[in-house]
Amino acid sequence: MKKMLNVVLPKGRLGEKVYDRLERAGYACPSIRDGSRKLVFENPEAGVRYFWVKPSDVAIYVERGVADIGVAGKDILLEYQPDVYELLDLGFGRCRMAVAAPVDFRDDPRRTLTVATKFTNIARTYYASKGRDIDIIHLNGSIEIAPILGLSDVIVDIVETGATLRENQLDVVETVVPISARLIANKAAYKFKREAIDDVVTRMAAQLEDSV
Amino acid sequence: MNQTTLRNDEKTIFALRELYRKYGYSQYKMSKFEEYELYVRNKDFLISDNIITFTDTNGKLLALKPDVTLSIIKNSQDTPGVVQKVYYNENVYRVSSGTHAFNEIMQVGLECIGDIDAYCLYEVLCLAAQSLRCIRENGVLDISHLGILDGLLERFGVESHDRKEIWCCVGEKNRHELAAFCKQIGLSEEKTAVLQQLTALSGRPDMVLAQLRQMPAVMESPEPVEELAQLCDALQAGGYGDMIEIDFSVVSDSRYYNGVVFKGFVEGAADSVLSGGQYDRLMRRMGRRSGAIGFAVYMDRLQRLLQDDRGYDVDTVLLYDDMASVSTLQTAVADLAAQGRTVMAQRQRPEKIAYRCLARLCGNEVQILEENA
Repeated sequence: MKKMLNVVLPKGRLGEKVYDRLERAGYACPSIRDGSRKLVFENPEAGVRYFWVKPSDVAIYVERGVADIGVAGKDILLEYQPDVYELLDLGFGRCRMAVAAPVDFRDDPRRTLTVATKFTNIARTYYASKGRDIDIIHLNGSIEIAPILGLSDVIVDIVETGATLRENQLDVVETVVPISARLIANKAAYKFKREAIDDVVTRMAAQLEDSV
Repeated sequence: MNQTTLRNDEKTIFALRELYRKYGYSQYKMSKFEEYELYVRNKDFLISDNIITFTDTNGKLLALKPDVTLSIIKNSQDTPGVVQKVYYNENVYRVSSGTHAFNEIMQVGLECIGDIDAYCLYEVLCLAAQSLRCIRENGVLDISHLGILDGLLERFGVESHDRKEIWCCVGEKNRHELAAFCKQIGLSEEKTAVLQQLTALSGRPDMVLAQLRQMPAVMESPEPVEELAQLCDALQAGGYGDMIEIDFSVVSDSRYYNGVVFKGFVEGAADSVLSGGQYDRLMRRMGRRSGAIGFAVYMDRLQRLLQDDRGYDVDTVLLYDDMASVSTLQTAVADLAAQGRTVMAQRQRPEKIAYRCLARLCGNEVQILEENA
């Protein structure tokens, strides 16, 4: 019997875009388009089963082997450091992890910098590489408000167009790392479903080349 | 001993111990505690650098052991021409990546320390492959040789502080970031292409070795490739050809490891369940002249896979009431037990207990009330 390939996708726009690409690559699962609220869909003929999960959980499903492959943003991979293979940069969902501060902010290197962020690991690693002493405040959302209200000096967050920053009188000070969607695979699954996984990588990579 | 008394993980541990004993490895027993200093000096060698410490009555700082290999090396002796072969089955205490909390983890493994030759390498790899077979029929042993990538980075003139990032990309099979990083450090496109090719290379030894031999940059220093080839040939001849693969994503810290490194996978486990390699560099750091190779089987990663099929908790639940005397009840229980059944005597039907048969003691008679297939 053909082994099913378990694919975990992030809910939302990114996941839908990834599914479009996978559909075009020959991994269609028509029931996904039914508009149901189900979270698991499968197409035994194409040998594929899809799960929709919260974007920040994709890497966990892959690392723990529930899913063989998945698509996660590089921000999630850098933050949680899952032990997985990162097989392909899908080239979409492009944005950047950046340090932003109020437009009139002037950094004083003599004092500890207060940083508000959802991505504490990324922020800590970034400032450690610069030898800068920081005080991290972990927030779960609306990060932009932290420097406005004086909770922090700067924020480390994902910046797409920069519109939200501008509306809140914030500016990008430095880019930490560019972000895009990555195709990841469970290391053990790669041993036992390698042909199927390599096939997905090859077909997705071919689409990338076509779109260049 | 009745085999059904043992849990699946216990059966596996016994099978592994029996296997290592058969090849002349003797059991290494150690105390739960070790001086903290031993781990501080080699912190990066440990999977997790969180260690449980406490002060002994004499003021010495001790640690609940997070690792067994360091203790074995500490107690090994450098005797030319001699190879010390030991296996262990010990609990270690470390933080698991998933829970971020300390766990007691059962670890089974072996170490071969001394004048390591080609046979020692073969024997340890062969025992690693057999260990995987003890766990599951379907296993894969990924083998790599650190000397191949190490040699390339040396010849390409990559600074030692840049190598960690390259090792990391190779370990993730991350060719796109490898290319970006090589560009950042000014490595030529030609050299980058060689590193990318090596990152993508994995599969059956004959196929991978043939490709390696076609790579002039790799073959400038052919010794590691030939050592790998010799080892794979021996493993194939030993009957392990169907389960070995060469994969350069098996990377280990090159400050401790050198030469052959390997990881074992079994179908159904989400992570590698076995990991090992040659660690002559760790031996040097600990003041030893001899070489060493070993591996560990991570029983915690097998927990879900080796879960027992609980089926029934007990064969027969025997209900009794106030009319039953102790002697009649005892006789009924003993009779059932003598038939090889497990029996639980209860006044009422117990909840949350799965039983094959529910019976009641009426006088001297055992009446069957319910039987589950």
